[in-house]
Amino acid sequence: MSDFSLIIAGFGGQGVLFAGKAAAYCALLEGKEVSWLPSYGPEMRGGTANCGVCISDTPIGSPLVTRPHALIAMNGPSLQKFLPLVMPGGLALADSSIIKQMPESPRARLVPVPASDTVSREGLGGVANMLLLGKLLRETGFSVMDTMREALAECVPPRKKDMLEKNIRAVELGFALDG
Amino acid sequence: MSKRYLMKGNEAVAEAAVMAGCRHFFGYPITPQTEINAYMSKRMPQVGGIYLQAESEIAAINMTLGASATGARAMTSSSSPGIALKTEGISYMCGCDLPCVIVNIQRGGPGLGGIQPSQADYYLATRAPGHGDLRMLVFAPATVQEMFDTVFTAFDAAELYRMPAMLLADGLLGQMMEPVTPPALPPAPREKLWALGAGAPKRKTISSLYLKPEELEEVIRLRFARYSEAETRLSACEEYLAEDARVLLVAYGATSRIARAAVTAAREKGHKAGLFRPKTLWPFPKEQLRAAAAKAGKVLVVEMSMGQMVSDVRLAVGDTAAVGFFGRTGGVVPLPEELLERVEALI
Repeated sequence: MSDFSLIIAGFGGQGVLFAGKAAAYCALLEGKEVSWLPSYGPEMRGGTANCGVCISDTPIGSPLVTRPHALIAMNGPSLQKFLPLVMPGGLALADSSIIKQMPESPRARLVPVPASDTVSREGLGGVANMLLLGKLLRETGFSVMDTMREALAECVPPRKKDMLEKNIRAVELGFALDG
Repeated sequence: MSKRYLMKGNEAVAEAAVMAGCRHFFGYPITPQTEINAYMSKRMPQVGGIYLQAESEIAAINMTLGASATGARAMTSSSSPGIALKTEGISYMCGCDLPCVIVNIQRGGPGLGGIQPSQADYYLATRAPGHGDLRMLVFAPATVQEMFDTVFTAFDAAELYRMPAMLLADGLLGQMMEPVTPPALPPAPREKLWALGAGAPKRKTISSLYLKPEELEEVIRLRFARYSEAETRLSACEEYLAEDARVLLVAYGATSRIARAAVTAAREKGHKAGLFRPKTLWPFPKEQLRAAAAKAGKVLVVEMSMGQMVSDVRLAVGDTAAVGFFGRTGGVVPLPEELLERVEALI
């Protein structure tokens, strides 16, 4: 995979920036070039938050993600805003536990994933972001599971060991999801 | 390969300062540079340094002045409206020939403006960082790695020429994360016999006040001789596919990244576009730009402002090339696609 770009978007507090950071760390550990660009400011306060990640074998020019290869949308407004930007043939994962009405997607492959419900059922409330990231990992192969585990260990502070395990389990759960 | 770290531009600036031996940081929070303060508040106590959140931006720059007068490496940071408040202190530091590094993570203006990325402080940084006959070094990094490296360069140059140096970036560069490989060793601090408590005599007066006009004129002339040396030696730039370009984009900082993407896209369509990126804004790399522009014949300046760098580009290029401008402002970041359209229209 030479170039890969990703947008993760949702409500502030759903961990969209963190999920993007985990994806960026995978690229870092694999020795690739990577940029992570967050939305900042008023968007964070209860509104939408998003980040764009670019992964490449060569130095990254513009860090703005205007035509993503993949999208993770964790609420309706984010799906509406970013789905039309996804490259033809690209992939959009949407949390169908939160987004009840899936829009038409003539160009990108839109996959509804009941992420929030699944993590709640498994006692992993609050890490739907990681389940979706695991699903993305399986569908796109932007990295591999071993690297992802290592990346999460880098992102989660050592004093939050239980959070690390929770995150890894959610990624594995998403990776194992069929459909 | 040495270890790479994933860091925000703001964090890179802060860690680089610590590595460069800066143990005095005076700040005041403002979006989008608050991470510098947050990082320093954690890191400075770990290395026996001082992080002080001042009561205002004006206090912070004057504390920087005080620390610098003792010969210490000192830093302050802010974003556009906060930098405006610092101009008084910057002028006093120039008047006292004191080095320091000032970080400006620009946001939209004027007034409180907005909090999104901007480059509308170009004039403030390069023309009037304070009152009086003065100059300030202005560095314009374009990647997080460069944010890190430039701190070393800025401290060293500020000490060599005994003047403040500004690292002029923007909200995009401050907030984004990229891999950073810390350079092996920063240059050692310069000897500072002029500092309070150093060399002989130990008691000295550091002041910007000269009541005799002839005396002040003499001091300013000596200072400008140093500026002139900095101007000859420090200007830096980077070219990308500029050699055979028919349209030369000129952009600095985050905008140069977007311009670079537009150049790549133009080349894929067979259009000979190139990029000239000033890495220093004062001194401005005029000779280098003049040579590159003369070959291309057409220049397009791209900025996140209403065109503040255009006058420097015109002065450098003279009548060797036609100079056009495209900019977005108020915190709007130009897209590679809209730049590509402009380039195609020029070809």
